[in-house]
Amino acid sequence: MSSAEPTRRDFLYIATGAMGAIGAAATLVPLITQMNPDASTIAAGAPIEVDLAPIAEGQVIKVFWRGKPIFISHRTKKEIDEARAVPVNSLPDPQPDEARVKPGHDQWLVVIGICTHLGCIPLAHQGDYDGWFCPCHGSQYDSSGRIRKGPAPANLPLPPYAFISDSKIQIG
Amino acid sequence: MSGTSSYQPQNAFLKWFERRLPVLGLVHSSFIAYPTPRNLNYWWTFGGILSFMLGVQIVTGVVLVMHYTPHVDFAFNSVEYLMRDVNYGWLLRYLHANGAAMFFLAVYVHIFRGMYYGSYKAPREVLWILGVIIYLLMMATGFMGYVLPWGQMSYWAATVITNLFSAIPLVGEPIVSWLWGGYSVGNPTLQRFFSLHYLLPFVIAGVVVLHVWALHVVGQNNPTGVEPQSDKDTVPFTPYATAKDAFFMAMFCIVYAWFVFYIPNYLGHPDNYIPANPGVTPSHIVPEWYYLPFYAILRSIPNKLLGVVALFSSILLLAFLPWLDTSRVRSATYRPLYKQFFWIFVVVCIGLGWLGSKPAEGGYVWASRILTAWYFIHLLVVLPLLGLIETPRPLPTSISEAVLKKRKAGVAALVLGIGIGLAGLLGSPMPASAAEEAEKPPTLKWSFAGPFGTFDRAQLQRGFKVYREVCQNCHSLKLLSFRNLGEPGGPGFTPAQVEAIASEYKVKDGPNDQGEMFERPARPADHFPPPFENDAQARQVNGGALPPDMSVLAKARGYERGFPNFVFDVFTQYQELGVDYIVAILKGYEDPPKDFALPPGTQYNKMFPGHAIGMRKPLVDKQVDYTDGTPQTVDQYAKDVAAFMMWAAEPHLEARKRIGFQVLIYLIIFSGLLYFTKKKVWHEIEKPREIAHGQDPRATSL
Repeated sequence: MSSAEPTRRDFLYIATGAMGAIGAAATLVPLITQMNPDASTIAAGAPIEVDLAPIAEGQVIKVFWRGKPIFISHRTKKEIDEARAVPVNSLPDPQPDEARVKPGHDQWLVVIGICTHLGCIPLAHQGDYDGWFCPCHGSQYDSSGRIRKGPAPANLPLPPYAFISDSKIQIG
Repeated sequence: MSGTSSYQPQNAFLKWFERRLPVLGLVHSSFIAYPTPRNLNYWWTFGGILSFMLGVQIVTGVVLVMHYTPHVDFAFNSVEYLMRDVNYGWLLRYLHANGAAMFFLAVYVHIFRGMYYGSYKAPREVLWILGVIIYLLMMATGFMGYVLPWGQMSYWAATVITNLFSAIPLVGEPIVSWLWGGYSVGNPTLQRFFSLHYLLPFVIAGVVVLHVWALHVVGQNNPTGVEPQSDKDTVPFTPYATAKDAFFMAMFCIVYAWFVFYIPNYLGHPDNYIPANPGVTPSHIVPEWYYLPFYAILRSIPNKLLGVVALFSSILLLAFLPWLDTSRVRSATYRPLYKQFFWIFVVVCIGLGWLGSKPAEGGYVWASRILTAWYFIHLLVVLPLLGLIETPRPLPTSISEAVLKKRKAGVAALVLGIGIGLAGLLGSPMPASAAEEAEKPPTLKWSFAGPFGTFDRAQLQRGFKVYREVCQNCHSLKLLSFRNLGEPGGPGFTPAQVEAIASEYKVKDGPNDQGEMFERPARPADHFPPPFENDAQARQVNGGALPPDMSVLAKARGYERGFPNFVFDVFTQYQELGVDYIVAILKGYEDPPKDFALPPGTQYNKMFPGHAIGMRKPLVDKQVDYTDGTPQTVDQYAKDVAAFMMWAAEPHLEARKRIGFQVLIYLIIFSGLLYFTKKKVWHEIEKPREIAHGQDPRATSL
């Protein structure tokens, strides 16, 4: 019997300790998840509609979706041609222009306007490539929003969007 | 914290570290090797419970601040959005609000334990005074925290308490205006209270460190009041005191969880769910239960300055207990007369608490005066005299001798004590915002009552229909969004239904590119648009009366439950005062009695306080079409819309009760395990002889 006694005692101590650990871990759940986006923030992140009709050729507008600036560029023929003339393989983040627009809507470029380097907002119609120039660290994007020069590692990302009609898109 | 440690780490790195910063030795000597008297009873576990509650308050408080906005225009709504939208926000806020009550419950047990066993006597005077300072800081912190939600009670508590300082001659008014940062309680007041409410808990934590340090220098008192004389009289803090503390802390958490998950608003006031209104004082304002005895003392004295002096001196006198009590015997166990006076004092304090919750009129005032007088007589006359005239019973020569003599009493005393503690807690005021002279609303059956209550989805949908077709013409529902209608635990509309409902409403948006505001159909993320542009227009249209917003109305209304119902409510979890009252109001329209002078523009309602209500009788039979065959009567409409309002006020009610049940089951199992662990740990101490001989058959059982 003397050998059984410590075993049972150990079991009791381990069970108690384990139960305490479970309780402590469960307590952490609300304390951590409370920092996730709350229900109102998630609801406010619903899709938005943007009317393209007022945007003139050559104009870039900025709209906000989920707190992020979205650039909508109504590209000129020259800008489209420039973007398509570049050999894709020569780009730091190779991607053809056709993959960055919706088929049949080649003139519309919709990108998330946040520099992929460290999150600044690039300036439109600046830099050497008829695209964007980031004032923070000098990254340059072309008329397809692709990175061409500077420290940024990737192209400007595309938000999820679709054409509802020829002159209206839904972002999100 | 008690001198040099004998702690010697084995690990080479720890040895290196310990020579440079002996923090492990400090922990070891303070919380492991520290000798505690072996005869400490469960009353001594409340020190640990208090440290735990301070930790809970700081952690939940830091989290709440992440979602709170200290501004008069946003504070109330930010608290409401915290309860509705933030993940587990309701849980964190209820933990914090009820945590304050539990903190005070524990501190009162701790203080009375110190008084009973004479723990304040030499050499523990500084320890005791540090405790009184902690208590004062707690009161200040609790008060300022209560102001932050910026409800009616918050606002008027801030006004009344800061006005206490206006009683000071000459400099009173400048001090009050300095406290306010203005000519009245306003935004500067709220912001400074917020800042201090965040600061003071850390000050408390600092003083607690001094308190524990002082404790570890002089050593703990014990139920005999005789100092430990040898190693036989003490046991090491760990595992003995640790196991005992942990077990009782888990038991304490069961009570805490009961309040948080099942009756989270029991200790609060419905009025505090009404946004602060500097123009209207609630008909019956009372502080939180833990301040009530002092509030009764304040009100019992008919002179402003003297009332304030009495209030403050009733607390400050506690710091002088070590010198007011002249007896050289510490423990009441050996002081037959003091023991009786002690219990009288406890009853007087609880009585003052009860009187503090009552209106200051008639017999209550006189009872308060008598009890207030006794409070001071006890401290200033009885205590000094008793030490001179009382003949104490013979003291044991040592703790071990006392332990061997008696092995009972402890449990009985504990049960009695918890009973009294609970009674003190329950001496809390019940909401008095409604009808004191009117008859009480009947208690109805609700699907969402009780520990397993859930909303009846069909009832919520019917209630919403009544709201849309009737109430919404005058009452806003500002805190709710259309999306809430489809969220779990609510009326259970499908996303398509929610879209359709939302699109029937117009909301204001803009400005557009032309700089103009425009109207568009609502989306699920939008809030319910109010029926009127602003409060002034609402008043204008409704004959001068402002129809209250219905979002939290079910929690902002209630009625006086009275004794003994309010005691039973803790156990029956009766939380449906608001909906019972609302149904009673909706059905309470009658022709006024002949001698009743009805003011113009009001209707007679037998349930409404004062009977003259601004709202016209809103519901008639067959007014709203129900498609599911439910009776189309005023009675049914009233119940349905009240149920809808309960959901609107407490959208996470179902999750709260569900999680509460899981937490309680967990705590009960955990307490059980801790109990057996504690028993096992203490086995050798409590049955030393049997172990030595190895003959006790019980030694092998769990």
